[in-house]
Amino acid sequence: MSKRLRILVAKPGLDGHDRGAKVVAASLRDRGFEVIYTGLHRTPIQIVDAAEQEDVDVIGLSILSGSHMELLPRVRRLLVERGLDHVLLVAGGIIPVADAVVLETDGYAKIFGPGTATGAIADYLEAQFAS
Amino acid sequence: MTLPPRAEPTVAELLEGFAERRVGALARAISWVEDGEEFAGELLDSLYEQTGNAWRTGLTGPPGAGKSTLSDVLVRYWAEKGSQAALIAVDPSSPFTGGALLGDRVRMDQALADAGVYVRSMANRGSLGGMSLATGAAADLCDAFGFPEIILETVGVGQAEVDIMAAVDVAVVVLTPQSGDGIQAMKAGLMEVGDLFVVNKADCAGADRLKHEIESILDLRQTPGPMPEVVTCSAKLGDGIQDVAIAIERRRKVMTESGFLETRRNTRALARIRRLLEGGLRAEIWSHAQMEGKAKAALADGARPDAIAAQLLNEVLKKVNVCDE
Repeated sequence: MSKRLRILVAKPGLDGHDRGAKVVAASLRDRGFEVIYTGLHRTPIQIVDAAEQEDVDVIGLSILSGSHMELLPRVRRLLVERGLDHVLLVAGGIIPVADAVVLETDGYAKIFGPGTATGAIADYLEAQFAS
Repeated sequence: MTLPPRAEPTVAELLEGFAERRVGALARAISWVEDGEEFAGELLDSLYEQTGNAWRTGLTGPPGAGKSTLSDVLVRYWAEKGSQAALIAVDPSSPFTGGALLGDRVRMDQALADAGVYVRSMANRGSLGGMSLATGAAADLCDAFGFPEIILETVGVGQAEVDIMAAVDVAVVVLTPQSGDGIQAMKAGLMEVGDLFVVNKADCAGADRLKHEIESILDLRQTPGPMPEVVTCSAKLGDGIQDVAIAIERRRKVMTESGFLETRRNTRALARIRRLLEGGLRAEIWSHAQMEGKAKAALADGARPDAIAAQLLNEVLKKVNVCDE
C-alpha cells in the first residue's frame, strides 16, 4: 500500500452553493486524490475537527457567501492552535483579488478565483507535494 | 508559500498520544497503517495488548440502503448512553486513477462531533470485499485508543462481499423494501454472513413483507451460530432505532453466552491473516513491471490466456518458495 494524498473539501458558513465544491472534488478524485467532502454549512471548528480526524494533507475551502474574510482566517487560526499547521490550506470561490492577496499572506497557500481551469487545482497540489 | 516540512512522529510519540487520548495521534496511526509506513507494525505490536475491549459492529448492504444514516443514529444512540463510538466508513477507490470521493460525512449529524465521536473515511484502495486491507488494523487502533464501540461501514455491496465477517463481532446487513426481488438472489453470500438483518426505510411499503421473506430464507440457513433476528426501522425518521440497538445488544449477549463469540473472534483473526496474505501477494505480483510485460508478450505470441496465467503462477510460486518441502 502506498501513500495517497488526502484532501478535505469543505463548505464553511451559511452558503448553500456546492456545485463548485463538488466539481473540484470530482476532478481531484479523477487525478488520484482521496477526497473527503464535508457537506454544507460547516463551522470552522467542525472543519478543523474533520481535518484532524481524517489526517488530511490538504484542506480546500469553497466559499461564495462573501464572509470569507471572517471564516477563512478563523479556520487558519484553529489549525495553528491544534498544531495542524502542516496542512496545506487553499480556498476558492467568489473572493476578490484584494482579499485573496491578504489571505495568501496569512496562511493560505493559494486562492483559486472564478474562471480557474478545473485541472489547475490538481496541477498546483501535485506540484506542492512533488518532492 | 512553502509548507513547514511535516515532522513524522516516532512510535513512542504516537504511543504517548494514545495514552493522552489525542485524536491527532489516532488519526496519524491509521494513516500509517493505510500507507504501509515503516513503523506501523511496531506501533500495532505495542498496542496489541490494549485491544479486545471494544465491540465491533459491521454495517453492510447494497448502495443506498441507508448504511451511513443508520450508523449515524447508532453512534448517537450509544453516545447518549455514554458509550463513545468510532466510525470507520469505507468507500470505493477508482480502479483507474486510485482516487476516491469519500462522502460519508455529508450525511453525518454534526452534533456527533461534539459528543467525542471519531469518524474516519477510508478508501478501499483496490481491495475487494467491501473493505480495505487496513480496515481491521484501523479498528484495532480505535480499540486500543479506548473507544468502547466501533462501527465499520462497508462499501455498498452486492451479493458476495462478505469480508465484513472477518472484521466484526456482529455483522448487520441493511436492506430496504426495494431490495425485495434481490433477496432471492442473495440467498448465498450476504444472507449467510448477517448476524442481524435490518429492513431500513420501513416507512415505505413492503417492509413487513420483506421481513417475512428474509425470515423464511434464514430458516433454511446452514451457517453455524445462533439464528439472526430481522428488525425494521426508518433511520431517517428515527423510528425503530432503539429496536436495532437493542437487537445488536441481544445478539452480543446470545453470542457471548453460547461461546460463539470466541469462535467468531478466532475465525476473524484467521480470516484477517488470509486477507492480508492474499492482498500482499497480489500487490507483490503486480509490483514487478515485467509480470505484465511477460503476459503481453505471451499473448502476442498467440498463447492461450489460461495457459499464460498458469505459467506465470508457477514462476511466482518458485520465487516465493511456498511449495511443499
